[in-house]
Amino acid sequence: MAELLTPELKACIGQASPSIHVEVTRRDLRKYAVSTGQKAKKYLDGDVAPPLFHFGYAMEILPVDELRKDGIAEDKLIPELPLKRLMAGSSDTVYHRPICAGDKLVVTRKLKDLYEKEGKTGPLIFVVTEIVVETQAGDPVLNETTSLIAR
Amino acid sequence: MLSYDAINVGDELPSREHTANIVQLFMYNAAIWNPHRIHFDHAYATEEEGYPGIVLDGPLQGDWIGQVVTDWIGEDATLVSFGYTNRRAAMLGETMTAGGKVEEKNDANKEVKVSLYLKNAEGEVTIPGHALVRFA
Repeated sequence: MAELLTPELKACIGQASPSIHVEVTRRDLRKYAVSTGQKAKKYLDGDVAPPLFHFGYAMEILPVDELRKDGIAEDKLIPELPLKRLMAGSSDTVYHRPICAGDKLVVTRKLKDLYEKEGKTGPLIFVVTEIVVETQAGDPVLNETTSLIAR
Repeated sequence: MLSYDAINVGDELPSREHTANIVQLFMYNAAIWNPHRIHFDHAYATEEEGYPGIVLDGPLQGDWIGQVVTDWIGEDATLVSFGYTNRRAAMLGETMTAGGKVEEKNDANKEVKVSLYLKNAEGEVTIPGHALVRFA
């Protein structure tokens, strides 16, 4: 199998995006709860975040003219890969404490791994990233590991 | 009230159907700040990217299977971990069914492992998942 991941690409493993500081508002929690169809009162009232609420904090907020034609911002954490079509893979989150209205959090994305495999239809590159959410004091809130597949 | 002792391996978690409409999908993408056009621009999604319609966000569907667990445990247990895998895309208008089953009980730490699924109308599992919950 041809090596798609050059030493230069492999060297990107371990890099992190600049940390984002967020203040969790009840209004943001309520918007998320309504739009996902939650039934639990604690979510609809915006007291506590549902398990995947933090996903939005990984989205960069960029000026409109910096977005690509498909609407997405270029992901600076992931280097340009020799395979271009990216597919959503899996998500695994470990929770240390719930996210609540009023929390002040620090969100960091890290490139955990890049590896290749031979798929049925050709080579695949797996892109493993981690979203780390902590309090401003550095206490762990949650860690989400996501894997994307490029083919 | 859900108690650890009353749970048995093989128990089904209550399932729920979800059919997102365009307004809900718009609100979800606004809430998470996702401007990807395949989720709101029908002409773009079909003509430029070749999808059969507007595409439902994977994490929205992941949230639906997460709700199977959070609605089941209520305040009686805490969520330790949760994961899901996007196996197949779903389009706006599809009715998806979220459900799950108790797979394991660990008496030593009162943890329960559940498997989760999201199925389309054909009964195909499009998103399998798993969660671990802990009782006090």
